[in-house]
Amino acid sequence: MFAIQVQGLTKAFGDCVANDQVTFSVKKGSIHGIVGENGAGKSTAMKLLYGLYKPDSGSIVMDGKPRQWRTPADAISAGIGMVHQHFMLSETETVLDNLILGVEKTAALGKINRKQIEKDLMALSQKYRMPLNLSARISEIPVGLQQRVEILKMLYRGAEFMILDEPTAVLTPQEIEELFRNLLELKKEGKTILIITHKLREVMAITDRVTVFRAGKVEGDLETKDTSVQDLADRMVGRRVHLTIGGDHPEDSKLGHTPRSGGGSLRPALEIKGLGLLRPGESKPRLDSIHLTVSPKEIVGIAGVEGNGQSELIQAIFHPNNPRHRSSGQISILGQDIQAFDTQAIKELGVGWIPEDRHKEGLLLQKSLRENFLLGQTRREQFCKNGWIRWNSVDASLKQGMEDFDVRPRNIHALAGGLSGGNQQKLIIARELDRRPNFLVVAQPTRGVDVGAIEFIHRRLVGLREEGAGILLISSELDEILALSDRILVMYSGKIVAEFARGEVDAMKLGVKMGGGHG
Amino acid sequence: MASLKIWLIRLRPIIAALLGLSLGIGITALAGESPAHVVAVLVKSALGSPYDLGMTLFYTTPLVFTGLSVAMAFQCGLFNIGAEGQLAMGALWAAVLGIVMPGLPGFVAPVFAVLACILGGAAWGAIPGWLRAKRGSHEVINTIMMNFVSAGVCSYVTLYVFRNTEGQNPETLPIAAAYQLSQFSSFGGAPVSWALILAVLVWAGCIVFLRKTRLGFQLMSVGENESAAEASGISSPKMRILAMAIAGGLAGLVGVGEVLGNAHKFKMGFSADFGFIGIAVALLARGRPEGVLPSAFLFGALHKGTADLDFETTHVTRELALILQALVILSVSADGLWDWMNRIGVKKRTGKAAS
Amino acid sequence: MHLKKFGFLGRVASFLVLALWTSLASAGGLNGVGLKVGMVLDKGGKDDKSFNASAYSGANRAKDELKIQYKYVEATDDNAFEPLLRSFAQKDFDLIIGVGFAQAEAMAKVSKAFPNKLFAIVDSDVKGANVRSLMFEEHEGSFLMGAVAALKSKSGKIGFIGGMAIPLIKRFEMGFEAGVKHVNPKATVTSNFVGVTADSWNNPPKAKELALGQFNNGVDVIFQAAGASGSGVFDAAEEKKKFAIGVDSNQNWMKPGVILTSMMKRVDISVYETIKEVAAARNAEGKLPADFNKTFAGLKRFGLKNSGVDYALDSHNQKEMSADVKKKIDDLKGQITSGKIKVPDFYTAKAGKK
Repeated sequence: MFAIQVQGLTKAFGDCVANDQVTFSVKKGSIHGIVGENGAGKSTAMKLLYGLYKPDSGSIVMDGKPRQWRTPADAISAGIGMVHQHFMLSETETVLDNLILGVEKTAALGKINRKQIEKDLMALSQKYRMPLNLSARISEIPVGLQQRVEILKMLYRGAEFMILDEPTAVLTPQEIEELFRNLLELKKEGKTILIITHKLREVMAITDRVTVFRAGKVEGDLETKDTSVQDLADRMVGRRVHLTIGGDHPEDSKLGHTPRSGGGSLRPALEIKGLGLLRPGESKPRLDSIHLTVSPKEIVGIAGVEGNGQSELIQAIFHPNNPRHRSSGQISILGQDIQAFDTQAIKELGVGWIPEDRHKEGLLLQKSLRENFLLGQTRREQFCKNGWIRWNSVDASLKQGMEDFDVRPRNIHALAGGLSGGNQQKLIIARELDRRPNFLVVAQPTRGVDVGAIEFIHRRLVGLREEGAGILLISSELDEILALSDRILVMYSGKIVAEFARGEVDAMKLGVKMGGGHG
Repeated sequence: MASLKIWLIRLRPIIAALLGLSLGIGITALAGESPAHVVAVLVKSALGSPYDLGMTLFYTTPLVFTGLSVAMAFQCGLFNIGAEGQLAMGALWAAVLGIVMPGLPGFVAPVFAVLACILGGAAWGAIPGWLRAKRGSHEVINTIMMNFVSAGVCSYVTLYVFRNTEGQNPETLPIAAAYQLSQFSSFGGAPVSWALILAVLVWAGCIVFLRKTRLGFQLMSVGENESAAEASGISSPKMRILAMAIAGGLAGLVGVGEVLGNAHKFKMGFSADFGFIGIAVALLARGRPEGVLPSAFLFGALHKGTADLDFETTHVTRELALILQALVILSVSADGLWDWMNRIGVKKRTGKAAS
Repeated sequence: MHLKKFGFLGRVASFLVLALWTSLASAGGLNGVGLKVGMVLDKGGKDDKSFNASAYSGANRAKDELKIQYKYVEATDDNAFEPLLRSFAQKDFDLIIGVGFAQAEAMAKVSKAFPNKLFAIVDSDVKGANVRSLMFEEHEGSFLMGAVAALKSKSGKIGFIGGMAIPLIKRFEMGFEAGVKHVNPKATVTSNFVGVTADSWNNPPKAKELALGQFNNGVDVIFQAAGASGSGVFDAAEEKKKFAIGVDSNQNWMKPGVILTSMMKRVDISVYETIKEVAAARNAEGKLPADFNKTFAGLKRFGLKNSGVDYALDSHNQKEMSADVKKKIDDLKGQITSGKIKVPDFYTAKAGKK
């Protein structure tokens, strides 16, 4: 009755024990959730299940028999399938070709029997109510359908046990609903499904059982009906978490909300007119006549599925003088035309930037916190005079910032790379807010941040707005956008396709726009 | 246990050097020489007399400069294999200055010549830096190529412009007396000059530059994480060019000890691969200027010590002595490279974890 | 070490020389026992098939025949000469020989610091009361090579490939060109140099490329003075079925039929003779006469006249060096030694003149 039982799985990488005596069981024909913070060991456990890693000790029992995989191929032939967070599809090929590539069921002499495969696939997609246009190219179909291709591929290989890694991360709310309908259908047909996610509400909505990971260990193995979002969050973090954002009722936020006032008389924090980006050799503009204003004391949220021009928009704001990042249009910040400015000059206007990828753009991982705190602040006389760094002053501000933003550990000599995701993000925010910016660009502020820190970060952003700063918020978390923004813009395919005032819109309505739909 | 491990990691380059040395001594033992005798000869001929110590310091001086050159480029994420060419250019500029302007008074002449060394090397280093920053062509390839061009330019200037017709060596005319640095008398005639003091001062200067100045901080930031540095407002192309110019200038200072302090002229091929041994010096120092001084001294002593092995033993030929030296360099480099690759690997892994 | 490769005539010649010296030695009651000789070889080392190898073999012969004690070291870099010479001088070595012009400066310094020791240097002129300089008239030998090349060339186009454009090699080139023009005033000489770095002496592929280029332009004889790179020239000549001329030691055996002859620079003889002189001057207690320095010090030239420079003739090139060619060359040799022909010398020619 158990599809898979994992018993005492342990896997270490050098000193780091990624999985420590992991034990849990998945019932046949159920949907089972795996939750945990980044680095809690979820992915490692799944890779062990799928044969990508070999366990140091422990066993995997399938249908009552202990099994060992040498390679993923062994796992696949035993009926395990996996959809990775990043799809393994060939963009330029058709859906059918991609399915054949994944299956390679051949007739005699190695000839691929396309007709037969096509017929099989049609039957399969009908059976599980997952319609697909087999002749469409992957690049032409939405992400939700691409995911469907992956699932069909898995089914066609005969998977009975399916692992989905963060399946909703890239989907619009509509697509998420559709996916869940499909999963329930699969469950009805007797398939077993394992979902790895950090979205607790989704876990509550669809799973039968849920396993919580914390620091490489299993922290709880629970019936979904016996638990709650709050309970799961507490178990993930290991302490009581005050959920204000990301809960069921974002409007209940304790952050409160004061409508902005008097903003009209001040110069806008950001004003973008007709911004476009068309790179040589590309047929489609990445940014298409964007008009956008952020007033002081206002948070403007940009919603959108990732990859619709949000990253390009940020780069254009900070590298306006580089034709790779801006080909047309005007940008002014705090009343200054910044067309000819470099990043340094823009930041000196009093602009803060919390980048979307903090490892890539935000931190020097191998350097200490004090060096990270100084990064980008060397033009402030307080920290650097006549070319000489005033480390005492830097350290004093850093210590204050670490207190204010609760960055742990409180050791200014610790390496940035050794901090948890949440603490790294808090350090960046402490740094960017230390200069009291009049305008802040913040992208994905809570991505990969522990549940406990999310609320804290949100509070700070709202606090900054209350002090009068304009904030441009880019996030793929709709809850975050809805909770924080005074105005919400939707980006799709390099354009701004909709604008809503606060309270005018809900997740479903936004979702339609994010998917490029009308109405 | 954890602290022991950290200590082991910190001491790893030194352990690697010792391992290489033991391997080398093991090989001389196979050749029939008693290891104790080999060690005794190494120590004695590196440090045994004022003259020996002087020669060790004489070899240490250029290695401090080239080690710093490689380390400073490394701090900006660049691999400078061009120190050999840069040091030759620095030395050549100083020699040319000393030949064409013999009238400079004695108190400014050496200062000008030191500046010429810096400028000559810096100009040579900045070119691959510029190519990397603006054209994206890799500095490893460019600096190697520049080594050949440098050899060509030096040879042309030496043989056809300022050839010393007195001797048979491919060398320039001597520089004017005002430029020549006096040698310290306490080393029994070994050519130890003010260049050694300069090396120590420059070494300290590099450390202060990286730790205490804005430019040093920005340079290091680019080396650590280019995208983050860019996002913070630092122009990474500018820093790359600057770093390579600094690296070149540092290598160019080798000319001070050689041209001003020793030969008093530019001799073709005067460098005993100082530019390349500088890479090993920097690796042993884990790519940081702090460790360059002791590391350069170790390699200087090794260079002097192994040179005398041939003389003092019956079975150790020059080739064996070179093998001994090479084994130390190899084990240190292998260790450093391993660490370097590991670091890149770690970055990749942490990058994945974030997505 | 190349003696065994000299072929029949070479063997006869060396036997005669040897016999002569042995008889001299016994006649003078020569006693080398106790004489300690130290030798510092250039960076090329004892296996360079060139002047270091030659010096090494000369000293070895002295060791075998004169029963001297002898130690050699090979320098690792230009700055190592001085400490090595110094090390020898500080110990109980009586005669210290430096091989190669690169150690001229170090030799000058160290010889001054140790006036009680004897020094000798190959290929350079170092002044000093206790220093003997052993110099070779490369231009004289090169002149003969030029004459051979001009006699054997059908196209009248002749090539020269040097290792590096340093004065020493320019001296080869100038003498060679003069020899060519002496035989055939209309002939042209094309010169190339392998490179500008120390690697030039050890880069056969590059030398081969240069040689092939010259052959393709109609050159049919090439004289190389490029150290170990020279083998590339020989390869090219064999491939193109043209001629080449060897240098420093007798290289005829390397490619019989391709190598016309070799210009030999007898460093071995100069080294051996110097050691022998010192050994002969010692009395029973191993003491040298008080005024020995006067006879010892100074410049000693080795040219065609005293067979310090010569051309190689053996079984490998008998066919190429036919009787009439040999006669003409020996005739020229006579004219040079008698002073009738004055071979231009790059060292004494005006500076800057190429």
